[in-house]
Amino acid sequence: MSTARLTVVHAKYTLLETARVPIAIIGGLVFPALSLLFFVVPQRAVADDPVFASQAVISLVVFALLANSLFGFGLNISEAREKPWDPYLRTLPAPALSRVLGQVFSTGLLGLASILPVIVIGALLTEATADLWRILVGLGALAVASLPFMFLGISIGYSMPSKAAIAVVQVVMFGLAFGGGLFLPPFLFADWLNALSQFLPSRQAREFVIWAVQGGELEPWVWVGILLWTAGSLALALVLFRRDEGRRYR
Amino acid sequence: MTTLASLDNVTRTYGDVVAVDDVNLSIESGTILGLLGPNGAGKTTVISLLQGLRKPSRGTVTLFGGSPAEARNRVLLGSTPQETALPATLRVGEVLDFVGSHFASRAPTAELADEFGLDRLLRRQTGSLSGGQKRRLSVALAFVGRPKLVLLDEPTTGLDVDARRTLWDALRSQHERGATIVVTSHYLEEIEALAQRVVVMGEGRVLADDSLVGVLDRVGLARVRLESGQLDRVATLAGVDRVDEASGTSASFFVRDSDGFIVSLVRSGIEFRGLTVRGATLEEAFLSLTGGARAAAGARTAVRTTPSSTVKES
Repeated sequence: MSTARLTVVHAKYTLLETARVPIAIIGGLVFPALSLLFFVVPQRAVADDPVFASQAVISLVVFALLANSLFGFGLNISEAREKPWDPYLRTLPAPALSRVLGQVFSTGLLGLASILPVIVIGALLTEATADLWRILVGLGALAVASLPFMFLGISIGYSMPSKAAIAVVQVVMFGLAFGGGLFLPPFLFADWLNALSQFLPSRQAREFVIWAVQGGELEPWVWVGILLWTAGSLALALVLFRRDEGRRYR
Repeated sequence: MTTLASLDNVTRTYGDVVAVDDVNLSIESGTILGLLGPNGAGKTTVISLLQGLRKPSRGTVTLFGGSPAEARNRVLLGSTPQETALPATLRVGEVLDFVGSHFASRAPTAELADEFGLDRLLRRQTGSLSGGQKRRLSVALAFVGRPKLVLLDEPTTGLDVDARRTLWDALRSQHERGATIVVTSHYLEEIEALAQRVVVMGEGRVLADDSLVGVLDRVGLARVRLESGQLDRVATLAGVDRVDEASGTSASFFVRDSDGFIVSLVRSGIEFRGLTVRGATLEEAFLSLTGGARAAAGARTAVRTTPSSTVKES
């Protein structure tokens, strides 16, 4: 069986399992949309300015995918490792890559579904605006730029038990969200924070998607950073996956 | 006969605990190999080493000529989870298809469902199955990919007698169609019913590796308990394998031939009271294989903790 076909198989059954508990999907869909409704829409100074409103919507879209990836992978994987079904799956003739990628596609698909309400609310209730083809290019850029979030989530899931993963996921998520300018726009940052921020995958993802949607200059640190974070986090996820023997008790 | 899998001088430790201690084992095609031993003997670790779930601390594990950690070497391997751990929200048919899609040549769902008695359950979510139904599905999963080598870890734990026999029949018919099966158990009855070759493990070591008859001869002990003022004389009678003294006047004698032992006890003229005879539990029988001081130390634990029932229910 080819790795690609097994990837699709693992993605399909992971989605099927999730879909049997619909509230898990609905929760993911509602949370980022509510953030936009409560934090951006009432601030008319931002909501009425097309450029700032679009950037705010994009920031929350990136945040939605960041949260989805870290929680979806970090918690699901660390929980699965504590259940005996997961070790059984590891005895099947599926290479490590197809299982990691299967999880990437299933959670990634749910993540893409979770940003649609944000885009719809942004279009209807704020002055955020973009051409349709720009939005599509932006979605593509988002898919690429959020790969490091997924691989980081996977690495957390394979490196610690679920109770530790909950705490670590939240610290990493809020650290990346604030540091990456997803809650407060970077022009409000102090210089040192702005410099630090440019090394974070969340900041790089934000700038990359804004560039894809609004055009302008793409600074090299954005795409070089995304490439390095993707390669590094993928390598880490694969190493942890191959080393994994399920939950270790002492 | 070809060697499907082997362990060469394999040791596996978990921290300070040595789970498997310098084990050599080779699994040839065509047999049903029983891996027999009490809890904690290292059976499950041996299985998980063969599945590639764990790596040996020392030594080499070979599966179909390569490392079991490589996915391609597991194409002809079938295994089953030790605990019934099926994803509760998936349907029975979906679980069979999920696992089946990993194999180029897979058994049709209908055929497996029929053989393992799942045909009426295919549309049910696995979370709604009874313990026995879950167990049958788990074992059926091992055969979805038409494997050459099947590893079954405690396949009938928790099943009633009928369900156990149904499952044994299914395993025998799979074996007749060419599957080599390794089955772990701490039920002597299960090993008797299925295995042709038996490996007995205790404390991480292989204690015996023999034909079924050969092993039965070594572990098929009876436990004779009696009270007497002359226990030391009873202990010198022919056929006594080991003695556990419970108090000054009562003791348990482990013997191979309980009838012969009692005949010679009566003939010896030694006075005794309260004679009871039962089959030794496997734990008690294993102590005869381990021997030495360790056996004597462990014997008291075994006698105290095992229920007074036959081997078959231990």
